[in-house]
Amino acid sequence: MDELLRINNLKTHFFTKKGVVPAVDGVSISVPKSSIIGLVGESGCGKSITAMSIMQLVQKPGRIIGGSIELEGEDLLKYSEDKMRNIRGNKISIIFQEPMTALNPVYTVGKQVAEAITIHHHDVGKKEAKKMVLNIFDAVGIPEPQRRFNSFPHQLSGGLRQRVMIGMAMVCNPKLMIADEPTTALDVTIEAQILSLMKKLQKERDTSILLITHNLGVVAEVCDYVYVMYAGKVMEQANTFELFKNTSHQYTNGLINSIPKITAEKERLYNIKGVVPNLMKLPKGCRFCPRCEKAMPKCFMEEPPLYKINTVVAGEHYARCFLCESSEVMDDA
Amino acid sequence: MMPKQIGDTLIRTVDLVKEFEISGGNFFGKDKPRVHATSNVSIQINKGETFALVGESGCGKSTLGRLMLRLIEPTNGYVEFEGININELSHESMREIRKKMQIIFQDPYASINPRMNVYNIIAEPLVTHKVCKTKEETKERVKDLMKKVGIRPEFINRYPHQFSGGQRQRIGIARALALQPELIICDEPVSALDVSIQSQILNLLHDLQEELNLTYLFISHDLSVVRYISDRVCVMFLGKVCEIGDTEDIFGNPLHPYTKFLIDAVPKPDPYLRKENKQLLQGDIPSPVNPPAGCRFHTRCPYAKDVCKEKEPEMKAVNNRQVACHIV
Amino acid sequence: MEDIRNTDYAKVEQLRQDYEDTQAEIADTDGIMDKIKTMIKSNKLATISLIVILIFCFCAIFAPLVAPHNPTLQDYDNVRAHPSREHILGTDELGRDVFSRIIYGARISLVIGIVPTTISMVIGTILGLMAGFMGKKVDFVIMRLADIMLAFPSLLLAMVVMYTLGASLINIFIALSVVNWAGTARVVRSQTLALKEKEFVEAAESIGVKKSVIMLRHILPNCLPSLIVLFTMDIPGSILSESSLSFLGIGAQPPASSWGLMVVNGKQWLFSEPWVAIAPGVAILILVLAFNFLGDGLRDAIDPYMKE
Repeated sequence: MDELLRINNLKTHFFTKKGVVPAVDGVSISVPKSSIIGLVGESGCGKSITAMSIMQLVQKPGRIIGGSIELEGEDLLKYSEDKMRNIRGNKISIIFQEPMTALNPVYTVGKQVAEAITIHHHDVGKKEAKKMVLNIFDAVGIPEPQRRFNSFPHQLSGGLRQRVMIGMAMVCNPKLMIADEPTTALDVTIEAQILSLMKKLQKERDTSILLITHNLGVVAEVCDYVYVMYAGKVMEQANTFELFKNTSHQYTNGLINSIPKITAEKERLYNIKGVVPNLMKLPKGCRFCPRCEKAMPKCFMEEPPLYKINTVVAGEHYARCFLCESSEVMDDA
Repeated sequence: MMPKQIGDTLIRTVDLVKEFEISGGNFFGKDKPRVHATSNVSIQINKGETFALVGESGCGKSTLGRLMLRLIEPTNGYVEFEGININELSHESMREIRKKMQIIFQDPYASINPRMNVYNIIAEPLVTHKVCKTKEETKERVKDLMKKVGIRPEFINRYPHQFSGGQRQRIGIARALALQPELIICDEPVSALDVSIQSQILNLLHDLQEELNLTYLFISHDLSVVRYISDRVCVMFLGKVCEIGDTEDIFGNPLHPYTKFLIDAVPKPDPYLRKENKQLLQGDIPSPVNPPAGCRFHTRCPYAKDVCKEKEPEMKAVNNRQVACHIV
Repeated sequence: MEDIRNTDYAKVEQLRQDYEDTQAEIADTDGIMDKIKTMIKSNKLATISLIVILIFCFCAIFAPLVAPHNPTLQDYDNVRAHPSREHILGTDELGRDVFSRIIYGARISLVIGIVPTTISMVIGTILGLMAGFMGKKVDFVIMRLADIMLAFPSLLLAMVVMYTLGASLINIFIALSVVNWAGTARVVRSQTLALKEKEFVEAAESIGVKKSVIMLRHILPNCLPSLIVLFTMDIPGSILSESSLSFLGIGAQPPASSWGLMVVNGKQWLFSEPWVAIAPGVAILILVLAFNFLGDGLRDAIDPYMKE
């Protein structure tokens, strides 16, 4: 089977004192083997919650209330907590934006990465675990791995800490690594190094990466296929080249046009009118229509399904917009 | 975009040095390690232009911005505003000069006082300098400023927690405009905002500059934004200036190796521009506590020669620019 | 597919406006009053405590109307009487109605709780602000003073003050006001140090606002949430201190009906007529617990990071 992870119509809602927040409201994502998939959107669109839902680490008052998450055919949502713990860090791992808060400041980094090994593989002894840690430090480009094994997190720079996180995530050879804004807090030249490292590791180890970011540049640089999210739903999904060449959804179009381009001449930046809606008071029809330049009355009444687009470059391309109405629709929308 | 009217030098720094002491050193408090935030920085900004300071962590751009406003005192060197050495001024005279230079901050949640309503936040500069005679006059001024930055005047009594990030940033901009300054220092003004709000604020800043003939010192780590908004760029690394020049010149033809790598490293939002095996800058950014000897960039530079390890490069004029590099 | 050229733009504008109107103000986070209202809705213990405190306050203010008997009226025929319909909590060793004495005693306890706490918090706040804002030397001096104050058990210090000044209600005020400022000073100082680095303080400096004005307008109001919580949690300490001082004989003097005095006078009959000592003791317990729970609730509501 070519598909590693299949998220089907996932719904994760937050039951707060003020009301229900439908943070993820029917999202379907497919991650094939050996690929880098991008999940892009602004704050509040639900991309991080999707990642936490895969790991089943959603905190109260949030709860997964619908859909399925299939890892190589098996639905993770049906797993017990014990079985899920075996998956985390082992088959699916995750790295976060702020490595300083993800690493425990009172233990050496070597010890923490070794722990990631020993909790999943009880037969591995201390010496062997250390060897594996040194190997992975080498693979992620940490210079002087032996010395760094005994360093504490605060003694490392941001880039090195992120490499340690990636090492910790890769050490058990997971099938899928989720990276939630992994380079947002890093300097530009370090970001370039980390992105290059992730691409290298993905090829060498045959892992798939689900890359979550708000930065379209990162997506363009690294991803094979992209999902654009807005207000809890997928608005457009396509192969990266196809997405930029044949942008079909007004939101994606607006996003791309509002980024200043380092390569282009100065033109006035495009503005998407208005602000991201309050998830507790979503518009009746399409979630984006109050901000959309090409909105029609129909858009305010019904929510469009994901229509199939005729691709110009490659891959399958869907967009949630009545302007793209076609005969083919994605089943669960 | 319309060409700008650029005038004479508005503000310049002369050999500005700032070193911070951090804890450490021996028992007697001597030999404390120092952070070399900026070292011998001399730049000048002309009236009406947008001058960008660009660099990564530890390059000293934020420190330089604060030195120019005299929010911190330099260890050495001075700042000249409209020909006056502001570091020699008394606190009273400095207060007068402060009216002419203001600052906008990065974090819209920390840059306005959560316990003050919009009226009080924007009116504070007016009240401090007794600009208006009556409360009604002040209120009118505040409402005008709110309209200018795109916030509905009816919200004048609201508190910060009732606004979104982008709106709070607008309130900060209104406050900076209240005293009709000539120079506004923008310290990463859009870095903490969502992409779609970034473009709104950038357009607002551009429009305000045109309307009010403002001069901007734009500090940012985001090169795409810098290319979009600035006329001239100054690239900094570990407290020193690497290259200064017109934006189009520098982005079109970067001379200093660091500038080249910096521009190359930015992920471009266009997959067709992907470069496999592009040359990346290796290693980490050195610490400003112990900067490398000679050219501070030499530990990361693939073109470093022996002279780079020993001698610090001087700023030299090359075509229309200034570059500090031995091999250029 | 609908032809876009025929789109009714007026209708779209109308629909867009209708949607905008349904979007009420988007409050990012709650202000203090909202947080307190949320607490009242969700934290029953804190709400009950608040009601209890308000009842005590009401009794204290309207004591002549609420109390069934005169608290100083002695009745030698009815000494240490059992609780009855006429005397709900019985009478004390001089025949005075315990219930009425407790109600009048609430005046003393509440005033002792609130006034010295207020004074010591004001002192502590001023010193804490100065320590945080005015540089290392001032900070050093004030903090060492605070360390010295904290090294002594506050009750002992209060006793020393009382012995020096003599036992009376006013002197209790003075003692408790002067002795308890160090805890507040420390909290305010650390808040000041943190707030000093915030960008809105830098903004005020860049505008040219004077330092003293920055302290009062920018830093002090942002210390308020912590101060509110500290206030409700320091009050029980003062109440207990007063009760202890009175118990030791160096607090309120008879015929005042301070709860502490009532306990000490009633303790010799603890096993024969226990209500004489226990009733005032329970009153102290309830009031102190109420303030504690309210303080917990306020703290949870206002500063959720401190939970757990």
